[in-house]
Amino acid sequence: MRFDTITIGGGLSGLVTGISLAKKGQKCLIVSSGQSALHFFSGSFELYGNEGNPLDAIAKLEDSHPYSKLGVEKIKTLATEVKTFFSEMNIPLVGSVEQNHYRVTPLGLLKPAWLTMEEYAKVDDPKHMPWKKVIVLNIEGFLDFHTSFVASGLAKQGVECSVAAISLPELERIRKNPTEMRATNIAKVLVNETLEHLAKEINAVAKDVEAILMPTVVGLLDKESVSILKQKVQKPLHFIATLPPSVPGIRTQIMLRKRFQELGGIYMLGDTVLKGEIVGDKLQSIQTNNHGDLKFEADHFVLATGSFFSHGIVASPNQVYEPILGLDVDFNGARSEWYDRDLFKPQPYMKFGVATDKNFRVKKEGKTLLNMYAVGAVLSGFNAIKEGCGAGVSILTSLNVAQEILK
Amino acid sequence: MEQNKDDKSFEQCIKCTVCTVYCPVTAVNPEYPGPKQAGPDGERYRLKNPYFYDDSLDFCLNCKRCEVACPSNVKIGDIIQSARLKYSKKKPKLRDYMLANTDIMGSLATTFAPLVNASLKLSPVKSLMDQVLSIDHRRTFPAYSGQKFETWFKKNAVGKQNNFNKYVSYFHGCYANYNYPKLGKDFVKILNAIGYGVRLLEKEKCCGVALIANGMAAQAKEQAEINMASARKAVQSGTPVLTTSSTCTFTMRDEYPHLLQVDNTDVRDNIMLATKFIFELVDSGKVKLSFKKEYQKRIAYHTPCHMEKLGWAIYSTSLLQMIPGIDFIMLDSQCCGIAGTYGFKKENYPYSQKIGEPLFKQIQGLNVDLVATDCETCKWQIEMSTGVTVENPISILADALDVEETERLNK
Ligand SMILES: Cc1cc2nc3c(=O)[nH]c(=O)nc-3n(C[C@H](O)[C@H](O)[C@H](O)COP(=O)(O)OP(=O)(O)OC[C@H]3O[C@@H](n4cnc5c(N)ncnc54)[C@H](O)[C@@H]3O)c2cc1C
Ligand code: SF4
Ligand code: SF4
Repeated sequence: MRFDTITIGGGLSGLVTGISLAKKGQKCLIVSSGQSALHFFSGSFELYGNEGNPLDAIAKLEDSHPYSKLGVEKIKTLATEVKTFFSEMNIPLVGSVEQNHYRVTPLGLLKPAWLTMEEYAKVDDPKHMPWKKVIVLNIEGFLDFHTSFVASGLAKQGVECSVAAISLPELERIRKNPTEMRATNIAKVLVNETLEHLAKEINAVAKDVEAILMPTVVGLLDKESVSILKQKVQKPLHFIATLPPSVPGIRTQIMLRKRFQELGGIYMLGDTVLKGEIVGDKLQSIQTNNHGDLKFEADHFVLATGSFFSHGIVASPNQVYEPILGLDVDFNGARSEWYDRDLFKPQPYMKFGVATDKNFRVKKEGKTLLNMYAVGAVLSGFNAIKEGCGAGVSILTSLNVAQEILK
Repeated sequence: MEQNKDDKSFEQCIKCTVCTVYCPVTAVNPEYPGPKQAGPDGERYRLKNPYFYDDSLDFCLNCKRCEVACPSNVKIGDIIQSARLKYSKKKPKLRDYMLANTDIMGSLATTFAPLVNASLKLSPVKSLMDQVLSIDHRRTFPAYSGQKFETWFKKNAVGKQNNFNKYVSYFHGCYANYNYPKLGKDFVKILNAIGYGVRLLEKEKCCGVALIANGMAAQAKEQAEINMASARKAVQSGTPVLTTSSTCTFTMRDEYPHLLQVDNTDVRDNIMLATKFIFELVDSGKVKLSFKKEYQKRIAYHTPCHMEKLGWAIYSTSLLQMIPGIDFIMLDSQCCGIAGTYGFKKENYPYSQKIGEPLFKQIQGLNVDLVATDCETCKWQIEMSTGVTVENPISILADALDVEETERLNK
């Protein structure tokens, strides 16, 4: 079976690549074994986690960093397309390329962010907090969100916080089993008429405040429930991320996939790419678990299989490898050098990933594969968590590679 | 091949609740505990003490959408169905026997087809079934055909089949046999046109999907053994076993070993949907298809749950898209709500319709001539709920095929 481009992995990177190519009329296939890092999404895309202008920090990065391969000018151009890209699938984002704002973490801390989903709490300048007096709400029995953490964090910024827990009879059944009280399950209940009840309860406690902050337990399959709730409560309502699973992250995953399929793309979920056939300096075809001997051929291939967490790269006792094709991986020689004993120092293994040339083409045994690229978390040379650049690298390398392929 | 006898996959559960996000039942029925709790969580308790078995597991559609979504490869649907077969104390009711024994009911009904069809449409009959049997009166029944596919085949087609030098075996399933022999005829028409003779299996029983769903494991296992013995003979004689129903295919390939402990390792790879077989021939250049110029239709494809699990929708949709006159639309992959006999039961009917609602809305908004799908129960559900005609991709291909030209190309 033949395609213009096949993307292996259907998380944020794979879908951004696929959508960009399908928009230009390419016949695209995405194969994805499972769920992605979006299920852990905080509600904010990060470009670079410094204060102020992220481009300033990016300009100073080492050559091996994916951002350095793109260059600041390219980053600026690509980054300005991102808001439109997401608003086209009803994921409105706020923020700017040249000035980080702050998101409120589940621990009540302020962390630099590039683009934040519209419904989330967002702080432009910690010295001038947007509210003086808020109420932080939780759902009774929901353990993946702690009002006290958020309240004490915000109190340090001079915001006066009260807290309250809301109890709804509709949630009685899932409350019986504490492991069922997860954000996604609650969001499945908080729809239609239940939103009405929820709003009533919220209005009863949120009297003398400027804003209401609550965990993201609304709006799993579409954004409508969020808009309805916002309309029904009497004070401005802002959301704060919960511990995973992330409701807006899963919604983002669903919307991206939907958009890709609307554009004619084929998305095969629950299937795993097992191997591929390289002839000369090109990848000819791949084979998957569900399809046995059938070869999926394409002019171009994109590897978007994520990092360790998604099995894009795998660690064995003495090496780190790419499991599908055995592509070259950048990692430090001995296992003893993979970790820093000081847990708070950047961990070397976080930077391990697939080696690429300056156009993000992958290599095997030192030789560049001319029609295969890598994007997102599978790439080497950056530490998404420590640097705060996960989504930025994923989205921008994907947009860039899509442009390369279309050249 | 993984055997489910002592499936420990529940231990791999990382409690991420992703499965529950994609379960169509939890969205509409608060009584259902959801895949995580009914599956891996519940299994821990049940292993300690069967007392913890809960009849609400009957609400599971066995759609396997939870398994497709699970990042940890937990066989959630299998765990739930195995638990139902193992622990449920409920005795199947007369209704369950009737719904589950599709072939016995089919044989009876075919003989009296005009009578049965007419009476299944009558509201007194429907209300009687509703009250006595708890088969929901709002449900439209599939019509029975007056002549079985097998009978037609033996009378009209079997002689011609010897004029080929390549053969396939056909597992027609209950639906093509009793309700819609045209599907079987369409299958024969296409396979013959591309140069393959068609044989029936020595002995074919209902695949047993409905028996499994209604807790009749012993009978299902008996039928599975018979089908696999026939399939084995077919495969040994060098013919693959082709099907035209995604559910029969999935049941024989995966449910037999996972739920009934019927080993099919030696034949599994040779049991496949006809669309997969034909697509691969066309894709590798071994077969060419030619289509009628005048065939013009706007068609939307619905992915049945078991097709999603197989990952094979791409074969049917790629074949359909080869027809030049088709304006093709891919529907969002979501459950239609019927899940075989599930939606026929009075206690499930409202949930069944509510699950399917988003799909029905999408179809009604598209203004299509036909919906294409590989599952017969999806067909009934969508036709009843949207009024749009639904056809198997094989029937659509057969209608659009230029038979003479295709025969000539594959001589
Ligand atoms: C826990 C966690 C939380 C994070 N939170 C944030 C955040 O809030 N903000 C932010 O900016 N960044 C965050 N990041 C960084 C994150 O890595 C990126 O934002 C981005 O989501 C990575 O996307 P990706 O598509 O490259 O990889 P992934 O999301 O990991 O997707 C890879 C996909 O490939 C599939 N796959 C792997 N192997 C195969 C195969 N052989 N065949 C088929 N499919 C395969 C996987 O199943 C998976 O679906 C987070 C990372 C982690 C690990
Ligand atoms: S998706 Fe899989 S791992 Fe996650 S809770 Fe469900 S069964 Fe467990
Ligand atoms: S098989 Fe379907 S109905 Fe049953 S738990 Fe899984 S997703 Fe839900």
